[in-house]
Amino acid sequence: MEIPYNSKPRPDTGLYNAKVGIWLFLASEVMLFGALFSSYIMLRVGAPEGTWPAPGSLLKVGPGAFNTVVLILSSVTVVLAWASLKFNNFKQYRMFQGITIVCALIFMCVKAYEYHDKFTHYEIVLKEGVTHYEGISHGTGVRSHLNLVDGHLVNQTEDEITLTVHPHHDDHAGHDHGAEAHPEEHDGDHSGHDHAEHAHGGHDAIQVTVRKSDIAKMESYGPWHSTYLAIYFTMTGLHAIHVIGGAFVIFYIWGPGAKMWKTDPERYVNRVEVSGLFWHLVDLVWIFLFPILYLL
Amino acid sequence: MEATKTDSHHHGTDDHAHHHDPGFWKTYIFSTDHKVIGIQYGITSLLFMLVGFFLIACMRWQIAYPGQAIPVVGKILEAVLGSEVAPGGIMSSELYNSFGAMHGTIMVFLAVLPLAFAAFGIYVVPLQIGAPDMCFPRINMASYQCFLAGGIVMFVSFFIPGGAAQAGWTSYSPLATVIPTDGQTYWLIGMVLLITSSLLGSVNFIATIIQLRAPGMTWMRMPFFVWAQFVTAFLLLLAFPPLEAAGILQLMDRVFHTSFFLPSGLMVAGQPMAVSGGGSPLLWQHLFWFLGHPEVYVLILPAIGIVCEIIANNTRKPVFGYKTLVYAALVLGFLSFIVWAHHMYLTGMGTKISAFFQTTTMIISIPSVIILTCLFISLWGGSIRFNTPMLFALAFLPMFGLGGLTGLPLGFSFSDIHLHDTYYVIGHFHYVVAPGTIFGLIAGIYYWYPKMTGRVMSEFWGKVHFWSSFIFINMVFQPMFAQGMAGMHRRMYDGGATYAGVADPLTGEVVGIPQKFIEMNSFISIAAWMLALSQLPFIINFFYSITHGKKVESDNPWQATTLEWQTPTPPPHGNFDKPIEVFRGPYEYSVPGHDADYLPQNEKLEGEPKTEDAPDAQPAPAQ
Repeated sequence: MEIPYNSKPRPDTGLYNAKVGIWLFLASEVMLFGALFSSYIMLRVGAPEGTWPAPGSLLKVGPGAFNTVVLILSSVTVVLAWASLKFNNFKQYRMFQGITIVCALIFMCVKAYEYHDKFTHYEIVLKEGVTHYEGISHGTGVRSHLNLVDGHLVNQTEDEITLTVHPHHDDHAGHDHGAEAHPEEHDGDHSGHDHAEHAHGGHDAIQVTVRKSDIAKMESYGPWHSTYLAIYFTMTGLHAIHVIGGAFVIFYIWGPGAKMWKTDPERYVNRVEVSGLFWHLVDLVWIFLFPILYLL
Repeated sequence: MEATKTDSHHHGTDDHAHHHDPGFWKTYIFSTDHKVIGIQYGITSLLFMLVGFFLIACMRWQIAYPGQAIPVVGKILEAVLGSEVAPGGIMSSELYNSFGAMHGTIMVFLAVLPLAFAAFGIYVVPLQIGAPDMCFPRINMASYQCFLAGGIVMFVSFFIPGGAAQAGWTSYSPLATVIPTDGQTYWLIGMVLLITSSLLGSVNFIATIIQLRAPGMTWMRMPFFVWAQFVTAFLLLLAFPPLEAAGILQLMDRVFHTSFFLPSGLMVAGQPMAVSGGGSPLLWQHLFWFLGHPEVYVLILPAIGIVCEIIANNTRKPVFGYKTLVYAALVLGFLSFIVWAHHMYLTGMGTKISAFFQTTTMIISIPSVIILTCLFISLWGGSIRFNTPMLFALAFLPMFGLGGLTGLPLGFSFSDIHLHDTYYVIGHFHYVVAPGTIFGLIAGIYYWYPKMTGRVMSEFWGKVHFWSSFIFINMVFQPMFAQGMAGMHRRMYDGGATYAGVADPLTGEVVGIPQKFIEMNSFISIAAWMLALSQLPFIINFFYSITHGKKVESDNPWQATTLEWQTPTPPPHGNFDKPIEVFRGPYEYSVPGHDADYLPQNEKLEGEPKTEDAPDAQPAPAQ
């Protein structure tokens, strides 16, 4: 028994089965990410005053923008690969689709770097009255009474932890700049970024070693740290799963599954097309993720 | 079929080898045949329905006789779940909560949904549209396996320390997040698996209906059941993903300690909770009910489809207003996406939003009433055959009507304030789903059983099953309206006893729930257990008839017109033994000038268009 229209289009719909299937699947994916984008809006609109970080303060725009370019490039090559097959040029297909796979790898490497950066980025809340460390910053809003040491992990022993702190760098501006000092800066205002809070001069990083006995609470900038980071990790994490899944399927068709080009070329081209459609969705989701998480 | 056949010859060669004698595992367990998968779904979901019924039967004891040990079953619960959970056979409040949450979850997601949509849909839809199988047979198999995995995860959660989820089937956060049992995490993982399963299923359904209709099977010649499944599949496809998103967010809250649904300043057991806060409990409810309401139509539409088939068949005349039914179902499907917040009038989301959802809720009752009216009018002037499937289908109509009408006071925000979260709500939605949907599904089982097995279930025991179920199910749910209007809350562990007879401290007047409504609890419970007993004839009949039922004398024992009856019995792999071509609509009963009182969709008459490729003139394709 053979299922009709497995690779030939049905005359009245003009589509083969898998194409109908993938479009329906994409519709469902749109609803999945749509729900998450809606959640983002609702959480951001309802976020208590001063808790949403200023754009670019927790995530560097550079790597995100680079990744956007990488994914858009891969979307182009995925189409060129399919078109090459339509012109019966298998070699060229291999080349273009190879670029797609490399792009996916680059994207994941950059993503891994960004994740690693956040998981080694610590915020230490000092015990009340502890003020003798260099590079202390202050919380905002309801947290303005807290003394914080905020920086990247260098070394940790049983009773000490060493962080690299950038006292005036705007990396951590959204959290660190005092609410009293720059109240205008909370939502999306870049103007006050380079204002200094403390008397320490220059933009040089300093290493601060904090005794564990002085620490009230220590937390990395993981999803648990704030609602913004929670939605950042959830959405980019889910997106990364899609990147990995899509890249794996494209790789399978490109490498081990390429035998089908000889036995059933029509179906093979369909497979390339369908996986390409999915890849476009992955790209499109990122195009929305990038501005809402890095720029707005 | 011409195009189809050229296709099959093109790719057919390399696929032929594995058709011959695939062995036990491939035939029954890892089958890609839609009929086997449909039956797998059917049996699994019926078993889960039994589990769900068992849970509520235990809870009804606690409601009727609070604090007393459950006879017989109590001992088993104590032995299996531990003496803290069921000390001396008495149901603890934690156990009551988890049984309540799991009763809802199992009945909705593991029993009725897979039975209505998956089991009947997967078995019947490809047959009714004249297709050899579903579009993607292996995805079909994966869909069942995901469903089974999800069901197992849910079921296993009863036996972990702390027990199954306890926050109701709606799993409202923050309660669901802070409750100290991993059962909620199991629940979320189970839901993600079930949602994956339904996603795979709904993609497959829609693609199958769009692509694999037999030649001549135009959209308006499809049986209404296929239309109902088509709309249902779209609801599942588009409404389930937001719940998946919500599930992922709640999983993050539980596993990675994020605060998506946890507001700032949340106090748990007198202590501020150590989370970042800033989340929104309302967000969960929006995401949940965005699925939750279309889900109601997911449950009811397939049942309406089944009832429509059976009514047409047993009144021996076309259904009234076929096109009206189709358009009403489409409108119903569309509107069901914009009514969800009528479950949330008491959340403080504001009167303007309430007004919007009130309006859409009232509008959605129009297509529902149109469908029900069409089915009622279809009975007019028919010479009705009162066999078992027809009795269940007929009972469906007033029962679903009752469920729908009692929903109107809940759809208005002002009356909902009084009725919200009371037994009235329980009565309302159970009338829709239990004597409504489940009656429709049981009708479907009696109706298609001969096609699936080649034998008929006993008519006598079928009628016993029907009348006892019909009486007891009304005795269960009818008093709940009264209890609810008296103000009995739906989640009370002791059936409201604590709140009965509470006196106003100033006047001494009794202001709690009057005693007579408390006494209804034991009446309802006894009726529920009798309802359980009345399923015995059905269960025995079901299994006994597989081997001992009366054999059918033809492939079309009900003398039906739709294509599933034009196959051999039971249908072989590939379904049809000759190419199928469709010449007319689905309900051509009692056609004037025709000898038999039914005219199958694929029967060619003299002077019919498209005579040149008459199916009989061609040799049967190699299957």
